[in-house]
Amino acid sequence: MSALAGTWSLVRLALRRDRVLAPVWIAVFVVMAAVSAAATVDLYPTVASRVKVADAANATPSLVALYGRIYAPESLGAVAMWKMAGTGALLVAVLGIVIAVRHTRAEEEAGRLELVGAAAVGRFAALTAALVVAVATNLALGVLAAAGLVAAGLPAAGSVAFGLSWAGVGISFAAVGAVAAQVTRSARAATGIGVATLGVAFLLRAVGDSSAGRGLEGLSWLSPIGWGQRVQAFAGERWWVLLLSVAFAVTLTAVAYVLTAHRDLGSGLVPDRTGPPSAAPGMRSPLALAWRLQRGALFAWSAGFLVLGAVLGSIAANVGSLLDNPRVREAITQLGGVHVLSDAFLATEMGILGFVAAAYGVQAALRLRAEETTMRVEPLLAAATTRVRWAASHILVALAGTTVVLVAAGLGAGSAHAVQTGDAGQVGRVLAGALVQVPAAWVLTGIVVLAFGFAPRLAAAGWAFLVGFFLLGELGPLFKLDQLLLDLSPFIHVPRLPGAALTVGPLLWLTALTAGLIALGLAGFRRRDVG
Amino acid sequence: MTEALALEKISKSFGSTRALDGFDLHVESGEVHGFLGPNGAGKTTAIRVLLGLLRADSGVARLLGGDPWRDVVALHRRLAYVPGDVTLWPALSGGEVIDLLGRLRGGLDPRRRADLLERFDLDPTKKGRAYSKGNRQKVALIAALASDVELYLLDEPTSGLDPIMEAEFRTCVNEMRGEGRTVLLSSHILAELEALCDRVTIIRSGRAVETGTLTEMRHLTRTTITAELSGSVEGLGALRGLHDLSVEGAHVSFDVDNDAMDETLRALAERGVRSLTSQPPTLEELFLRHYEDGASGGRGEGAVARP
Repeated sequence: MSALAGTWSLVRLALRRDRVLAPVWIAVFVVMAAVSAAATVDLYPTVASRVKVADAANATPSLVALYGRIYAPESLGAVAMWKMAGTGALLVAVLGIVIAVRHTRAEEEAGRLELVGAAAVGRFAALTAALVVAVATNLALGVLAAAGLVAAGLPAAGSVAFGLSWAGVGISFAAVGAVAAQVTRSARAATGIGVATLGVAFLLRAVGDSSAGRGLEGLSWLSPIGWGQRVQAFAGERWWVLLLSVAFAVTLTAVAYVLTAHRDLGSGLVPDRTGPPSAAPGMRSPLALAWRLQRGALFAWSAGFLVLGAVLGSIAANVGSLLDNPRVREAITQLGGVHVLSDAFLATEMGILGFVAAAYGVQAALRLRAEETTMRVEPLLAAATTRVRWAASHILVALAGTTVVLVAAGLGAGSAHAVQTGDAGQVGRVLAGALVQVPAAWVLTGIVVLAFGFAPRLAAAGWAFLVGFFLLGELGPLFKLDQLLLDLSPFIHVPRLPGAALTVGPLLWLTALTAGLIALGLAGFRRRDVG
Repeated sequence: MTEALALEKISKSFGSTRALDGFDLHVESGEVHGFLGPNGAGKTTAIRVLLGLLRADSGVARLLGGDPWRDVVALHRRLAYVPGDVTLWPALSGGEVIDLLGRLRGGLDPRRRADLLERFDLDPTKKGRAYSKGNRQKVALIAALASDVELYLLDEPTSGLDPIMEAEFRTCVNEMRGEGRTVLLSSHILAELEALCDRVTIIRSGRAVETGTLTEMRHLTRTTITAELSGSVEGLGALRGLHDLSVEGAHVSFDVDNDAMDETLRALAERGVRSLTSQPPTLEELFLRHYEDGASGGRGEGAVARP
């Protein structure tokens, strides 16, 4: 099989390159799962206490949309791993996409694959090596997570099912990444396609799960994320569902191989068009360049947020009708009626979109570092522009872009909700719920800029902060963390709109904090070496 | 002649690597100054200090009468730069990059731009990712050469160009010299500098080891002579143009300036010669000697006068 020649060498190269990334990522997941399991044992020691919390969760549409259902209320494992099977699986999927793209398109785009390809390496070697590494990493993750759960005191069968369901999600999305890597010429775009697919998978599951009983449950069965949950770990394991993930991954992998066989090294499926022979008149400043470089991504993100918002907004009005538990319905009516439930749902979803918007800001601000490491910044700074002007241009795109995507989400959700309720006033209320997320999301951009100014190699730590803040919000209450620790996350301070009272204080000081971080980062950047 | 740029006793370290070690460089305005050194000698670091991208640990840098670290915008309006390793934005066409860089520098001459595109045979509609190394280099060259500036900093500008384009580049540099512009041209290719430069600075391991005009260097090239004499060796040391004399019994060896060769040979003949060998060093050898790390112990160190 000459087309596979050299695969083993490439696998070793990939493992060498991932020797920090993969173990750290796996360790974070395993610890997260095991600690959640252990904490749940302490929190809900009796069957009665578990049934109570599970019933409440299953009756709350915003939670079901976000995390899925708890399939066996009396089961310790099902309650403990509920959030891990939902949002944890999303992070596993991201790992799968990153690994697949990192060892295929990213290498090809950088021209390193050409160097390798000139050696005795077959046409399919790089793709095969990437998939081997992705599958191995995800299986290791699954097995170690299962071991962690058993150690935390959960039943073995359920633990294995849970570990494999995570591995199934990761491998499915590695296959998605492998196909995306064949389609586009840029690794950034390939990752974007993979994450967009993940977004669709999440939406299908969210809509399917939260619309149960109205004929839409089937949607969850179209989603690889949904399959992971329908393995029903700790709730009468359905092992055959794992085969869906396997079939999905095998099919997409076959597609990726066919695509690879029919294209040249370095090219995508979409042929390269030529560009204009001269620049548009407006192309005369660093800001114009930053906009030109980032506008495509911003359009894609905005479109995604608009759709995401519209889908969530159209579910929101119905959440009240989903209450089949009379006691809960009564309690909620006492609290102020069913619209409170819609508001709570929308506020929760906007909180999640705030995190995702912050991810936009992080990747947009990290353009600074990418432009520096590729030395594309050199000819710009050698021209008559200052460092601050150049850096500020990308920072401005990051901050404005974060705002734009949240406005898109708010308008999408608000309009859909207004149509459902027949109340045009909902547009403004929901939009406000999206806008209050902006200052918190900006803080992440500020953190990236600060790192870029003083420790540019650590700029990517912005991602670690984002994941850290997310986990603080998700798991902090479960672990009964100290409020001081929880307060570290900027998102904790955002008023829950629509519904709650608008508190302007946190919005102001979060904005001031961002401004301070950026000013400091720029001051550091002015003083340091470039390159 | 006024000074275009100067680096005085510049040192710059990256971690434990000393990229520049008390480096000196002086370029007069209107001259084409060659900057010669092997890979990793510190050429690019020196140019980045001049561009204000790196801050020197110690020493003084002057550029067009200003401070390259502080007066960035005012100074950069008056210079153009071609990096040694050109990377372009994958989605931007070559023409867009040329215009953007030109405008950021304060505008470029559209007629000159069109002329250069033709002379360098570059298709400006291709996207950055589609260009070969040589064509990327051309994009950066045209962007720089189309700008009407006083000073050009060119870091190995011909790497990746084919010989025809290299010849075109030389024509361009000669035109710039005719217009009184200053050029700092870094290279590790001797022939290129020999053809273009008024003066050359040789850098090795972060230090300037030689500076001078090429005529000076050629003129001052010396021949090494080893001879066994039958007569007295007395008084040889007093001869004009004779250096590094060593005497062991009847054996003498020394370096002699080429223009003093005639007198020297006559003086040796008067004393009686039993045997004689001479080794004329080429210019190439002169550079090579400075490139080799062990050069300090080699023959004829200091064979060329320092300015």
